[in-house]
Amino acid sequence: MDHTKKTRLGDPTQYGPRNTGMKVETNVSPKTDAPAGLLAYNGLSTKDVRKSGARKLDAEQMTKRMAWVVQVNAVRDHKDKAAFAEIFGYFAPRVKSFLMKSGASPDLAEECTQEVMATLWNKAHMFDPTKASVSTWIFTIARNRKIDLLRKQRRPEPEDLPWGPEAEPDQADAMGLQQETEKLGEALATLPPEQRKLIEKAYFGELSHSEIAAETGLPLGTIKSRIRLALERLRHSMK
Amino acid sequence: MMNEMKQIKHHLTEPLLMGYAAGTLPEAFNLVVATHISMCDTCRAALAEYDAIGGEVMLGGDPVEVAEDALAATLALIEKGDAEQALPPAPRAPGLFPAPLRDYVNGDINDVKWRKIGGGVSQMILKTSKDASVRLLHIPAGTAVPDHGHRGTELTLVLQGAFVDETDRFGAGDVEVANEELNHTPVAEAGMDCICLAATDAPLKFNSLMPRIAQKFVGI
Repeated sequence: MDHTKKTRLGDPTQYGPRNTGMKVETNVSPKTDAPAGLLAYNGLSTKDVRKSGARKLDAEQMTKRMAWVVQVNAVRDHKDKAAFAEIFGYFAPRVKSFLMKSGASPDLAEECTQEVMATLWNKAHMFDPTKASVSTWIFTIARNRKIDLLRKQRRPEPEDLPWGPEAEPDQADAMGLQQETEKLGEALATLPPEQRKLIEKAYFGELSHSEIAAETGLPLGTIKSRIRLALERLRHSMK
Repeated sequence: MMNEMKQIKHHLTEPLLMGYAAGTLPEAFNLVVATHISMCDTCRAALAEYDAIGGEVMLGGDPVEVAEDALAATLALIEKGDAEQALPPAPRAPGLFPAPLRDYVNGDINDVKWRKIGGGVSQMILKTSKDASVRLLHIPAGTAVPDHGHRGTELTLVLQGAFVDETDRFGAGDVEVANEELNHTPVAEAGMDCICLAATDAPLKFNSLMPRIAQKFVGI
């Protein structure tokens, strides 16, 4: 764990915000939608690490985030129950909360949370800290379980990248990604409350845009543009 | 394949990526999204961001207390081996169809059970949840799909060949997102037959009488 403290937190030349604003060859028709970039993921959008002013991150939060990575690796390498208990203690109540807000009864959410955490154990070797933060990874496991259990649907997943996983995740890449995700979390927390609530509803409440529109009494177009605004604001605060 | 990828210029929209990450889209839309992402690194990277937002939203929620014996119960679940096991991720498919689509077709292009729907166009409806439908379309080169409007949202992903409509040209990997406002007549480009994966959450509206009658029989 020592290295996480010593790594060059906030050294922009190393791990500066790799906000690439991914360029997409577009754009023929105005309705063409090219997704804009918030984070640069390893080997996906670009390799160029831009120099720009990195905001100071809460070092304690970063240490916590890197600690999760170490804990998942301990589960993977040593079937470390103490490390698992740490992850469980932090994430299980949050997974349960997510599932209940998605419409699961407390009993179902409890059962489902235990399954999600057991899946984490089983899939620990598939976790790649250069591609996802532990929070992101657990979210995707919980989301897939939710679709399976609550919506009773199959979940088609994209196929794997042709070049496959790299042998040993690069520590600097992992650090950069974890840092970006921490920043994203901070940006989300500091959004104006109404904007944050809209994004939360879209993820948590299992509400479609039209359902949010019905609930809030706002027209669908307004909801869509407000969500768009909230995302733009997130992107802006990532710069 | 790499060259094709570079040419993709019509991407998934923000609401679609967000809905896929949140797990709130109909299964039929999820299939189009997963198939497009299999072909498009730009949208793959964008999806990772929406997943990350989901993770942070989850972290920001008020924690709910779990059962007192939850950890022990989970460890017991692990011991028993009942929980979801790790399957190796789907490898890149050698054929035309990306892995998620192959799963629904039970094979590649040669395994598709085409049914003629008139005008030289054939389709195969894929089985998904009922809140939306998804089909493969085979449009012979140079052929037009009858002029139609939409009641809901229609996603059309090109897998092979290309089509052109009033808005633009759509080649392999491109996805067209059409809504109520778009009335269009897609025409498959000369040269190669066009194979598309099309999902809709409402029936299409054809603008002439004949296709409307045919519509009853072909399930569009």
